Amino acid sequence: MIGYIEKIKQISERLLKEGTVESVVGFRKGSMPMMNEPCIVKRPDKVEALVWDSNCGINLTNYLTNRKDKIAVIAKGCDSRNIVTHIIENKIKRDQLYIIGVPCKGMIDKRKVSGLAEGEITSVSEDGDAILVKGNGFEKTVRKSDILQDNCAICVHRNPVIYDELAGDLVEEQKDVNRYEDIEKIEAMAPAEKWAYFEELLSPCTRCYACRNACPLCYCPTCFVDESKPQWVGKSQNDMDIRTFHFLRAYHCAGRCTDCGACERACPQGINVRQFTKKLEKDCLELFGWEAGMTLDERPPLDTFKADDPEAFIK
Amino acid sequence: MNNPYLPYPVRIDDIEIATEDKSLRTFKFVFLNEGDEEKFAYKAGQFAELSIPGVGEIPIGIASSPVEKGFVKFTVFKAGKVTSHLHNMKVGDVMGLRGPLGNWYPWDKLEGKNVFIIGGGFAFTTLRSSIKYMLDPANRAKFGGIHMVYGARSPGMILYRDELIEWEKRDDINIHLTIDREAPNWDYHVGLGPNIAEKVGPPGNDDTYAIACGPPIMIKFTLPVLEKLGYAKDHIILSLENRMKCGIGMCGRCNIGRELVCKDGPVFTLEELNLTPKEY
Amino acid sequence: MKIVKINKKNWAEGLDSLAGSYSLSGPVKENGYHNFKKLNKGELPDFDFLNTKLSSKSFVFPQSEVMLEYSLDETADDHHIMKEVKKDYSKRAVVGMRPCDAKALMLVKMNFDTADYQDPYWLNAFNATTFVGLACDNPESTCFCTSAGCGPYHEDGLDVLLSDAGDHYIAKALTQKGEELLSAAKWQESADASVMDKKKAEAEAQIASTVKTDQLKKKATLDLHSASFWDDIAFACINCGTCTYACPTCWCFDIQDETKGNKGIRMKNWDTCMSPLFTLHTTGHNPRGDKTQRVRQRFMHKLKYFVDKYDKGIMCVGCGRCIRQCPVNIDIRSICDKMNRYEPAEQSE
Repeated sequence: MIGYIEKIKQISERLLKEGTVESVVGFRKGSMPMMNEPCIVKRPDKVEALVWDSNCGINLTNYLTNRKDKIAVIAKGCDSRNIVTHIIENKIKRDQLYIIGVPCKGMIDKRKVSGLAEGEITSVSEDGDAILVKGNGFEKTVRKSDILQDNCAICVHRNPVIYDELAGDLVEEQKDVNRYEDIEKIEAMAPAEKWAYFEELLSPCTRCYACRNACPLCYCPTCFVDESKPQWVGKSQNDMDIRTFHFLRAYHCAGRCTDCGACERACPQGINVRQFTKKLEKDCLELFGWEAGMTLDERPPLDTFKADDPEAFIK
Repeated sequence: MNNPYLPYPVRIDDIEIATEDKSLRTFKFVFLNEGDEEKFAYKAGQFAELSIPGVGEIPIGIASSPVEKGFVKFTVFKAGKVTSHLHNMKVGDVMGLRGPLGNWYPWDKLEGKNVFIIGGGFAFTTLRSSIKYMLDPANRAKFGGIHMVYGARSPGMILYRDELIEWEKRDDINIHLTIDREAPNWDYHVGLGPNIAEKVGPPGNDDTYAIACGPPIMIKFTLPVLEKLGYAKDHIILSLENRMKCGIGMCGRCNIGRELVCKDGPVFTLEELNLTPKEY
Repeated sequence: MKIVKINKKNWAEGLDSLAGSYSLSGPVKENGYHNFKKLNKGELPDFDFLNTKLSSKSFVFPQSEVMLEYSLDETADDHHIMKEVKKDYSKRAVVGMRPCDAKALMLVKMNFDTADYQDPYWLNAFNATTFVGLACDNPESTCFCTSAGCGPYHEDGLDVLLSDAGDHYIAKALTQKGEELLSAAKWQESADASVMDKKKAEAEAQIASTVKTDQLKKKATLDLHSASFWDDIAFACINCGTCTYACPTCWCFDIQDETKGNKGIRMKNWDTCMSPLFTLHTTGHNPRGDKTQRVRQRFMHKLKYFVDKYDKGIMCVGCGRCIRQCPVNIDIRSICDKMNRYEPAEQSE
């Protein structure tokens, strides 16, 4: 993956020089291990700042919403699917965009890496599948496949579905992956058990809304939790209000979520917020045979009506 | 320790429809507990939080004057959650009042000076309080000439119209009322406030202060007029609005730079404002 | 003030004695990280941490706090009249907060305890609490306390400072409250003060990260406000509340009424300047409607407005939480340095 960066820089420089685009949205090196910072480059002589490695888990589609300029964006498989959704939902126009596709082998989960050592992790470097992790008096090489973000480990769309140019050769898609093992476990729980599970899951939530704000789908001008006339949800740390936020957000993303994992990555408390969105993603696949963002030609199933839509769940 | 979040309980004693479109009502409150009125001692230019249990609070300039006793009045535009609720309340209803809050027009500095008041639309409330205060027999001698330009869209949108027409007849205040467009039976000015101010306003000098209060667009056009009339930036006094919650300088949202509009303001001179970011 | 040696063998016993007169809280590991929790009887604070995920500000400034209550039942005499709620301000102690969190309390106190108004909720909780700090011998790479007016052995805001010396703690009482706590725990064995001084110097030398703040006061507010770097800094920001909630010095709050049936409460909740709602006017006008304006507000408040208003340095203690928790790696250290060296003519990006 780190091999892509030279190509990304070349393409970006060319696009900016030729005036094909006014800006390029990508990542620059962060100040912390396993962190890169989304950035916008507007001048060809500034493309040197761009980086690409296994720490680019933030979904860059989030930075395209309502932009008016001609813009290039670096897109992994999941980002590209969100771009498709953005185009369908009129958040950006296809002809404004130059998509630099990046076939992806997954992003590193910094929490998993932090869990490897007692103290602080001071540096993480990668060489193909080998990840060298260093800390205070600590050094260890681990396989990338062991420290992938959960959503990357089960990803079946690593290649961009829409792009203008690729920064590397397409990769082989993962096959025979059970994407929903964790959801099946929750589905099998008795209601009380499920309730307790969710309660435990959400107990560290501070309602910082990092999950919502990192999500490219959450572009509502005023989120329902922020409405005051009428006010749908209380603003305190009340459990019910916290649950309402997470459940409703998941429903609002149903049929649109690509399981990019940006929400989970952004959560400062390490809550597995994908447990909610993923259940809806699973339902959409099972009920409508739908995976979000795979085609520009079809709107998400909850946005449309078809005579043969399943209706067994309507009682 | 006094709890600055605890409002004084008040009863709505009277509600007057203040404008022809009914978007403004003047609420007269009386304090339920003896002694609270004295604790609420205020100066013209201050505001208070109108506090409705279960709905919330809204900061509103005090329209009554310190020289009026036994009640406090607020003229409220129906806009958001709290003010819409308030507009549906009835005489006799109980709610809360928290204040007085913020600073006031610089009455010490204004003593012995001429005062030129420019008001627009429904931002006339604390200006009404100020004029009432200056015209009070006990105070009138403390001030030089008092000039006033007040503009509204139409005659029916002028706040406190009856009172203003009474004041207009006095010879110790120079009042100019104006409406945006011609209207039947209107004997006063026609034209935008800033334009009238330019024609009738007293020239600026060391001994003359201007107080301007109105919608942003009016302020925008009034400032060049005042400059043309010769007002120095420290002789132009403005009152700001910003979203507020606590009203006591703690909750952090109403700041313009280091100044908190709720506590260091809402009254600032143009000179002071020019040193702060325009985040209002 | 007194300095005592606490043999770790006597630690649990001492805390147990304290539990009689104090309600104790301390760091506890849950979900893979440490946060402050109320300690159950016999439960010990877990000191095996670098710093807690959230700061200790919740002890005086809980994320949600009930202030007042009311009844809307019109048959009641006092309907629609706000009442103060009864609060428990009995003696409590926080055991094991880092010195940066304590210094932060002193900065925040300037906001809640002013000549004109005192926030009774903040102050009553502050006065009821004895703050027992745990000096930092093992700082993180993101800690820059020593250049933020603080340090790993900083004493400001603490009542007792503990230093881990292997088989024992050295405890330095810093206030009367601190002396009382040590007495209540029956920790009396006298200790050598010089050990602590030596450890302090070693700890301070370990802080590798710094910021420069010396020029901030001299800069003109409007120059910094209109500096060319804000768009670039703000680009990555997703405007979540992570930095503000994690920050021990962020004090902004919202006031909300919540009614259930006929009864209701008025409460204070943490708020964040990152949210557009924070400043939105009813008219729809928003003085800080753009992301860049909000990001700029946060850093200008901490590094310029506060500096000018109080002349007590920056509104930051260098704990590094915002750096570690920011989902997009916005780093206050580089922003502080940018502001500190900014010259209006400079056309930087």
